[in-house]
Amino acid sequence: MADAKVAALLQKTYQHGFVTDIESDTFPPGLSEEVIRAISRIKKEPEFMLAWRLKAYRTWCDMAPPHWAKLRIAPIDYQQICYYSAPKDRKDAPKSLDEVDPKLLETYEKLGVPLHERARLAGVAVDAVFDSVSVATTFKDKLREAGVIFCPISEALQTYPELVEKYLGSVVPHSDNFFAALNAAVFSDGSFVYIPEGVRCPLELSTYFRINAANTGQFERTLIIADEGSYVSYLEGCTAPMRDENQLHAAVVELVALAGARIKYATVQNWYPGDEEGRGGIYNFVTKRGACRGARAHISWTQIETGSAITWKYPSVILQGEESVGEFYSVALTNHYQQADTGTKMIHIGKNTKSTIVSKGISAGFGQNTYRGLVRVAPSASGARNYTQCDSLLLGNRAGAHTFPYIEVGNASARAEHEATTSKIRDDQLFYCQQRGLPPEEAVTMIVNGFCKTVFNELPMEFAVEAQKLLAVSLEGAVG
Amino acid sequence: MWTIDNLSVEVNGVLVLKGVNLTIAPGEIHAIMGPNGSGKSTLSHVLAGHPAYHVVGGHVDWAGEDFLALSPEARAEKGFFLAFQYPIEIPGVNNLYFLKTAFNHLRAVRGEQPLDAFDFLAFVRQKLALIGMDEKFLKRSLNEGFSGGEKKRNEILQMLVLEPQLAVLDEIDSGLDVDALQSIATGVNALRAANRSILMVTHYQRLLQHIEPDFVHILVNGRIVKSGTKALAEEVESHGYAALQGAS
Repeated sequence: MADAKVAALLQKTYQHGFVTDIESDTFPPGLSEEVIRAISRIKKEPEFMLAWRLKAYRTWCDMAPPHWAKLRIAPIDYQQICYYSAPKDRKDAPKSLDEVDPKLLETYEKLGVPLHERARLAGVAVDAVFDSVSVATTFKDKLREAGVIFCPISEALQTYPELVEKYLGSVVPHSDNFFAALNAAVFSDGSFVYIPEGVRCPLELSTYFRINAANTGQFERTLIIADEGSYVSYLEGCTAPMRDENQLHAAVVELVALAGARIKYATVQNWYPGDEEGRGGIYNFVTKRGACRGARAHISWTQIETGSAITWKYPSVILQGEESVGEFYSVALTNHYQQADTGTKMIHIGKNTKSTIVSKGISAGFGQNTYRGLVRVAPSASGARNYTQCDSLLLGNRAGAHTFPYIEVGNASARAEHEATTSKIRDDQLFYCQQRGLPPEEAVTMIVNGFCKTVFNELPMEFAVEAQKLLAVSLEGAVG
Repeated sequence: MWTIDNLSVEVNGVLVLKGVNLTIAPGEIHAIMGPNGSGKSTLSHVLAGHPAYHVVGGHVDWAGEDFLALSPEARAEKGFFLAFQYPIEIPGVNNLYFLKTAFNHLRAVRGEQPLDAFDFLAFVRQKLALIGMDEKFLKRSLNEGFSGGEKKRNEILQMLVLEPQLAVLDEIDSGLDVDALQSIATGVNALRAANRSILMVTHYQRLLQHIEPDFVHILVNGRIVKSGTKALAEEVESHGYAALQGAS
């Protein structure tokens, strides 16, 4: 019974699949040094930035796209992608929300991005990235009072070039991997955050990304630096309109936590997943990595991945500082023909470093869900500890769940634990809920939410609620 | 009025119930007793609409409605409740949240406003007190890691909260110590009402000392072979089911 019900619940309509009709300045498709020079010129970037982009581009030209055993990826023609797209009228860039194109605001409205007063009420500062340009950044003043810098990275390159130069590429080098190199060459915008020593960021920071133009790649780059003893919580949300062709999203996120600093980074990713037959959808190839540079630094990644045709990301932590802590909490849901290959790397270098990994994969329809993780304990990391828990939930009998945990321990005093389970929603669980009056769809959503609970607990309250709703929508049609 | 008319049921191709007849009026408590394998649990499950149980003959009428045509959740919405013999564990789903969701769902079906978290908690606390259950159970995952007795108490708690019109208790006494049995009986007796029908399925007469039935039926080999009052249960207790085996 559960299988049949689950099969029918998987008819979902993508709620964010609208296209905003805004004139934009878009480069013709294709990638060359000229394109990169043009991006850098438009953004009025300092010299070092262009040099770095070109270095990355030359490295990328010699690299081959990676292959994964469990992902089926149609070849991508990188000359067919547009590498820059910005809403027109950049000459008079909006100085306040009143000046922002109402259609853009409408888009954000539909996305539920809390701009205007709603943001104030929610206590969220939003840096919204629409295609490639940051349009509106709220709450800058309040943040400035606390000494926090939160702005588009293009702005940071002009205002704080020395900070950017010091840290950009220090966690994810320009040559790190194929997509990271591509991003370094062509990234158009993203967020920059700097929290000064000892400051607790007074707001949850939040960025919403949206891909609007057709054939556009989105290559944003986020850099967050938490100076000694500071704290910041950051949330990114992502959506894209429905299109038949695949779109590439190759972002890079770098986190730097100095001694005693703590960064909480949460992602709710709801890119367009493609249709029921697997046509279209976003290729989400993202490199996210944090470095705990000082003693007792703490970085946690929380991700809710329900969108994209293919998701490829491994938010990782390099635990250099003694007693530093890395955490990874993940919910990845694949429905229809979605594929997700996600997990984390915890690299223990410092003494008594600790990492926790909790991964919940849900596969429905023909969805394929892979956990791929690496726990590496360097010989220097005496007393290091890791705990990993990987749970997979299968809905229906055509979906797949795979787990590839790599554990490399180079120090005898280290301890690594790994637990893994795979389960299905059982008929008797569904029946029990139905007997209490709950319709099957509600019962499935409730059981799946229960399965994800330990991860949802890591999200800020309002986003936990959003994540639960998102799961419900993503599972719509999986039962019937 | 709840009428089970000549009900025959197959499980995995085996005919388990072979024409069961039973009528339960509002306000009555009936007990069905029978040896292992007589079809007691099949009766409970088929009444709740479990998909593994196939009705091959007869019907069930409740207040003029074809009960068997309804989905399991529609039966629940109309006020049917099954206390499971083996309550199901659902990891990560908070017990209180589950109760509140089911409760407010039924209110919505009846066109009533949902109770908010505070009012609902106050309401649940009264029910907890009635059956001597600790509030900490509300914070745990639904039935997960509960002992056998705790699970049974939790079933009764759900019944007290959902206030069904028609309840079937499937071996609610199995595996309980005397204290637990007493508190469960207190819960069930609190639900006795002129507009409510209760059907208890049990192996032992012990339960009937705590919850006094109006009628007792003996189910043997898929048929009700004898019906009577509480005295019939005592008769079974002293002579065993074997004496009734051929009585149909």
